Amino acid sequence: MSYTKLDMTKEEYSEYVKEKEKTSPLAKHCLVAFLVGGLICSIGQFIFDILEKKCGFSFKNASTYTTISLIFIGALLTALRIYCKIGDKAGAGSIIPITGFSNSIVSSAIEHKTEGVVMGIGANMFKVAGPVVVYGICSSMIIGFIYWLIKLF
Amino acid sequence: MKIGEQTLVFEKKPKILNTASIVGPKESEGPLSIFFDHKIEDELFGEDSFEKAESKFTQSAIDALLTKAPLDKYMVDCIFAGDLLNQCIATGYAMRDSNIPLFGLYGACSTFVEALILSSSFVNAGYYKRCIATASSHFGSSERQFRLPLQQGTQRTPTQQWTVTGAGAALVTHNNDRYKSPVVTHATVGKIVDMGIKDVANMGAAMAPAAFDTILTHLEDTKRKPDYYDLIVTGDLGKMGSEILVELLQAKGINISVNHNDCGMLIYDLESQDMHSGGSGCACCATVFSGYIYDLLKSKKIKNVLLVATGALMSPVSLGQGESIPSIAHAVAIENEV
Repeated sequence: MSYTKLDMTKEEYSEYVKEKEKTSPLAKHCLVAFLVGGLICSIGQFIFDILEKKCGFSFKNASTYTTISLIFIGALLTALRIYCKIGDKAGAGSIIPITGFSNSIVSSAIEHKTEGVVMGIGANMFKVAGPVVVYGICSSMIIGFIYWLIKLF
Repeated sequence: MKIGEQTLVFEKKPKILNTASIVGPKESEGPLSIFFDHKIEDELFGEDSFEKAESKFTQSAIDALLTKAPLDKYMVDCIFAGDLLNQCIATGYAMRDSNIPLFGLYGACSTFVEALILSSSFVNAGYYKRCIATASSHFGSSERQFRLPLQQGTQRTPTQQWTVTGAGAALVTHNNDRYKSPVVTHATVGKIVDMGIKDVANMGAAMAPAAFDTILTHLEDTKRKPDYYDLIVTGDLGKMGSEILVELLQAKGINISVNHNDCGMLIYDLESQDMHSGGSGCACCATVFSGYIYDLLKSKKIKNVLLVATGALMSPVSLGQGESIPSIAHAVAIENEV
C-alpha cells in the first residue's frame, strides 16, 4: 500500500470513482452500433445480390468477391482517414464487420510505415488483428472438434 | 532550504525571465490560442514522423525562447527537459544540435514542473546562472506508444483525455534585480501515490490523489491557506480528475473550488472540440503555463500561482501485467516580485 494522506482505502477510492464516473451512454451507443453495423451488412448484401443476380457469379464466388470488396472499402476509408471518424461514433458497429478487421490491419500498417517496410509495416500490421486471427482459428478448431464429437454419436 | 516534509524554499528567488510556447492544430483552435507564440497547422510539422515532429516542437520552443529573451545559446548553462516517449527520444534528438548541457527527465505529464523545480534549485544554489526548463508531447506519438493506431476506428470514453501537441519552455535565471519578473519561491516535490486505479482511459482519477497529497503537504509545510494563491492550477487532471481533487480536499476542510483550475480544461473547449475530459501530456501544463499563466502573472492579473503538474507513471507493459497506475504530482509556487 503506497503512502498517502488520503483517508481512504484503495477499495473505497475505486468505489468512489466508479460512482462519479460518467459512463458511456450505453443505449445510444447500442442503437448507433446496431444501425451502422446493419448498414455495413446491408451494403455487403447489396454487393452480393448484384454480383449473383446481375453479373451471374455462383453463390460461392459472389460471397468471396463480396468479402474482398468490403475489405477494400474498409482499407480505402481507413487510408482516407474516414474510418476512424465512423468508428468514434459507431463503436462496435464498425469494428465487428469485416471492414473493421481491414481497418485494424491498415491502420497499424500506416502507423508503422515510418520504421520501414519489413520491420515496420510487415512486423506490425497484424498487431491488433493478430490476436483476432489466432483466437478465431483456435475457437473454430475447438468448435470443429465438438461438432465432430457430436457427429460420432 | 527544506521546510516541513517535502517543501523547498528558494531564498534567492530564481526568476522566470521569459517563456515560449508552440502548439499544434487542435490547440490552436482552442480558447487559449492567442496566448501561444507559435501555432503550427501541420501536425507533422513538415517532418515524416510524429516523433521527429515532436523533437522539432521542442527545438522550436527553445529557439523561440532564446529569441524572446533575448539570449545567445552559449549563455544558457543547462537544459532540463523531458517528454513522454520511450528513452525520451523527442528530447534527445531535439538537443542533438543544441550544444547545451542537458538533464533528461521523465516524470510523465509532471515533467515540466519537475524541470522547473530542478532549474530553480540549481540556480538558487548558484551552480548555474541560466537554465531552461522544457517539456513536450505529441498526440500522434503518444497514441502510438500508449494506445492504438491513430486510424483505428475505436470509440473514446467520456473520461478519456486528449494528448496536447506542442512544447513549452521557461528560462530560469538568477535574480539580478534588473527586470521585474515572476519568481519561483517554493517547490513541493511529490511522492508516488497509487490508489489502485487501472483504467488508462481515466487518468484523471488515477492522478487526483497524487495532486491532493502534494497540495495538502504544500499547504501544511508552508502554513498557507488555499486562498493565499490567486490560482491553484493542476497540470492535466481533466474535468473528472479536477472534480475528484476538489472533493477530496473539501473532505479535509480545504476549499479550492474558487481558485482552482486545470490546464487540461483550459486548453480546449471541451464541448465544441469534443475533448471528453480535457487535455493531457507533458505539453499540456508546459504550454498553458508558458503561454497563458505566465501572461496572467506578467500582466499582473494574478499575483501568484501554485502550479501542480501530475504524472501517471505507467507503461503499456506494466498495464499488460495487471499493475495499477502509480501517480506523482509536483508543485511549484510562483509569484510576482513586488
